[in-house]
Amino acid sequence: MEREKKGIDRKARYASKVRKAAQLLLYRRHSTPGAKGWELRKKIGSDYSKVIDLLNEYLAKIGLTVKVVFEEANPPENPTIDQYDRARFYITLKDDLTIEEAKMVGWRIDDLAALCASIAYIISRGGKAQRKEIEDLLKVKIPGWRVEMDLNKFIRLGYLFEDENGQIYIGWRTRAEVDQKKLIDLLLETESKTE
Amino acid sequence: MGSLLSEKQRDIKEAREELQRIIGLCRSVEIKGLDPYIVDVDDLVKVIRDYFPMWKDSEDLCLDAEAVNSIASVVRMQGEWVKRRASALYRDPFLIEEKVRGLPVDKMAEIFLKVWRPIIELEQLTIKGFREALKYWSDLPPLNVRWQKIGYTKTETECVTREEVIKEGVLSSEPFMAELEKVWLELKSRVLRDGKIRYWDFIGSETYEDTVRRAYLTSFLVTYGYANLQINFSEDEIFILPNEKPLNRENSETISFPISISFEEWVRWKEKRRA
Repeated sequence: MEREKKGIDRKARYASKVRKAAQLLLYRRHSTPGAKGWELRKKIGSDYSKVIDLLNEYLAKIGLTVKVVFEEANPPENPTIDQYDRARFYITLKDDLTIEEAKMVGWRIDDLAALCASIAYIISRGGKAQRKEIEDLLKVKIPGWRVEMDLNKFIRLGYLFEDENGQIYIGWRTRAEVDQKKLIDLLLETESKTE
Repeated sequence: MGSLLSEKQRDIKEAREELQRIIGLCRSVEIKGLDPYIVDVDDLVKVIRDYFPMWKDSEDLCLDAEAVNSIASVVRMQGEWVKRRASALYRDPFLIEEKVRGLPVDKMAEIFLKVWRPIIELEQLTIKGFREALKYWSDLPPLNVRWQKIGYTKTETECVTREEVIKEGVLSSEPFMAELEKVWLELKSRVLRDGKIRYWDFIGSETYEDTVRRAYLTSFLVTYGYANLQINFSEDEIFILPNEKPLNRENSETISFPISISFEEWVRWKEKRRA
């Protein structure tokens, strides 16, 4: 009886922690969404990685997942507690979107293509490129006025980052949302199929 | 003798031009993002080393240092170039560029959708948040009141006697100990469950004059053993804890702890309380 009660208490405690973790990750409280590992530790407790696993199990049922973005450019294979604390946790979609679904999210197909081309170009240039070069690349297929608007939108949303010298880099949102290695592989693969 | 001197001067001029050329070459590699391995670092270092004994002026030595620094930048770029080539993401940039240029828009979007997992986030107003915001709005004084500057003159701090304090109206002529007992009883009734209250929450009052009066009395509460101060240096907090009975401090070591009750502090406390 006693053991059963303890089990129920434990379940209720974790259910409450999972709810709290979901709120922390879903509601935007700073300029960027999600939460840092140390924030989760502070609000949920030292067992936050277990709570995140439980949340992940629940989210998987509705097509979402918790994505961990480490500070290091190359994500560590066996992250340490310190690396988890410094990482940022987001909730993202779990599966691919179709073109129709992407439109529902509010993205035009040419905007998506422009973002894809910009990211691929920057990756190919070692992580940075001049704004002018990206504009020239996009203008081949998209009207000039739209290129300007698109680039500003990508920068505003955090997909790209522009410094004071007009150099454009990969932004925090691309690191969180886009599998850059897979993107390059798919691009090369697709072209070789069409050749 | 004259021709020797002018020849030497010509050599120096040529050497300076050579250093300028080295700096220019290194800079152009950096700015244009060219392959840093097109620069023969060994060769440039040799040239700089050969010219070094010629430099006497500080300007020439600065030019020499600048040239060495430019070469160091190229070496750094060479290191980054090797690191990038060795990374998992490296693919021939020209190949990728060709493919980006060649793919139709819809195909490109299709590829992107396979690697894109947008972040999910919510922006929602809750009833609780709405209620708090409404309360804040109704308590918020208009701008002309908030921005109104309260005039005051700054004076040097001085010691004050009890007579002067009574004359200024800060203390009443009521027997001092009776007044002190009254404040002590109030303190005991206002402390929280943990037996303490924030210093400013206790002495703070609607007017600055009353705040000073309460601070003055509180200082005596502590001195005469009616209460203790608890100072939390790490969080910059001061608490006051009443004693059940006045303690006899005659044999204990006492220290003096000054607390500023400036007008600015009082305004800050009021604003904080209002928020």
